[in-house]
Amino acid sequence: MDALDLETVYRQHSRQVLATLIRLLGEFDLAEEALQDAFAAAAQQWPDQGAPDNPLAWLIRCGQNRGIDQIRRRQTVRFHADELARAADVSDTPDLAESSLQDDQLRLIFTCCHPALATESQLALTLREVCGLTTEQVARALLQKPTTLAQKIVRAKRKIREAGIPYEVPDDKLLAERLGAVLHVIYLMFNEGYARTEGEGLIDASLTAEAIRLAELLATLLPDGDVSGLIALMRLQDARKEARVDEDGELVTLEDQDRTLWNREEIHVGKAWLMRALGQAPAGAYTLQAAIAAAHADAPSFEETDWHDIAGLYDLLYQRSPTPVVALNRAVAVAMLEGPDAGVALLEGQSSHKAIQNYHLFHAALADLHRRSGRREQARVAYERALSLASQAQEKRFLEKQLARLAQSDGRKR
Amino acid sequence: MKYVALVYYREQTINDMTEQQWHDLNQECIRCVENLADKGKFLAGQALQPVDSATTLRVRDGEVLMSDGPFAETKEQLAGFYLLEARDLNEALQLASHIPPARLGSVEVRPVRDLPPKD
Repeated sequence: MDALDLETVYRQHSRQVLATLIRLLGEFDLAEEALQDAFAAAAQQWPDQGAPDNPLAWLIRCGQNRGIDQIRRRQTVRFHADELARAADVSDTPDLAESSLQDDQLRLIFTCCHPALATESQLALTLREVCGLTTEQVARALLQKPTTLAQKIVRAKRKIREAGIPYEVPDDKLLAERLGAVLHVIYLMFNEGYARTEGEGLIDASLTAEAIRLAELLATLLPDGDVSGLIALMRLQDARKEARVDEDGELVTLEDQDRTLWNREEIHVGKAWLMRALGQAPAGAYTLQAAIAAAHADAPSFEETDWHDIAGLYDLLYQRSPTPVVALNRAVAVAMLEGPDAGVALLEGQSSHKAIQNYHLFHAALADLHRRSGRREQARVAYERALSLASQAQEKRFLEKQLARLAQSDGRKR
Repeated sequence: MKYVALVYYREQTINDMTEQQWHDLNQECIRCVENLADKGKFLAGQALQPVDSATTLRVRDGEVLMSDGPFAETKEQLAGFYLLEARDLNEALQLASHIPPARLGSVEVRPVRDLPPKD
């Protein structure tokens, strides 16, 4: 076996080996060390003796033995006895059945996304432990200093150990709620990559790819409508990424996007996941958002979009999660269907919400509708309000451009 | 494992209650304790008098310094505690979610720390 093969084995199996070693050894750090030891042993032995028939089982057994040795070598008497007892419990016959190994991967995902951890810790820990990124890679992906991120991960692992966060798949009663937390982390990971506006340009392909890969793994381990819905949503959004920024790296709105740049193959994949999600009713929030994305994907142009369909889907979504952001999108769809004034009326109905008052996209949408209705002064005021609230450079430039365009058309009128 | 659930709420919320509401809340807390005790989860616990009954002390250079009131002014005040027996954090959180004042304020759940063996 050459080095390249071992690298392939590492890519394919290291996360699974780690997930199982955490169960067998009962501790994250010990399991990570044991994982590295097992691969070091493989690098030494496999070239001479040939690769074992079942590399996964070999690596798990080897890692487990190294981990137990490590516990024996530890000087602290305090922890020694019970850790050894725990590891020894399973030392003879580790359960390596396919279903147990899959459960281990789920255990790892649910533990990293435990709601007792701060969301940003969940995200960092998931990228590090489940996706197998190095601490430096995670830091780069999340635009944080490696030292800050390393501390965050150390603290999260300490909390898992000290607070007694169990290494288990939640039981049926809790599963739906906890799955929601996992999907939230995956979607956050995707958006962190998708909405990336600093560093290496607008879209960080590695984070979006990791999020999709993780969700697809989750779908094989735990078939569920919401999981399929989330994959569909991410695929359909990802399919538009080439059209989302222009040559200068500036944002392009859905209306102005060159639809020939949309990745038809990925849209096809996304729609297949959507069909699967719809077959596992009732449709959750991700599935409804995916259905909306699919309606956009099917439209030959912005004007020819099935706004009736989209407004109806937003109605359903609003019933499920009545957030200001959903209300905003719903109003935009209604405006396309019934005219800008209908949209303005809906938006103004929302304007008493404090959260929405400070949401730049609310004012940007309102400005756009006023502009379409020919109320330039109101449009200008709303654009300026949006501009004062926006924080991302690209969005600011976009709003400035809209204001300039408005002033130009004003000039022409006079 | 053992966990402590620290119960916090704004004392003002309680002061604003009618006598009946306050009575009902207390009865609910009694039932909550009974429930936990029946399941063998309740090790100890107590409700506390309001913070204006608190005295905070510090020992500096062998001298005991006292001040009137809680150690810090906070939005919500410590109102009581439970010492719970739970398998893991999931169970502890689930038990703590049934503490009635969790609806009014906050419940902080923390694992206890065993002191090292005596030298």
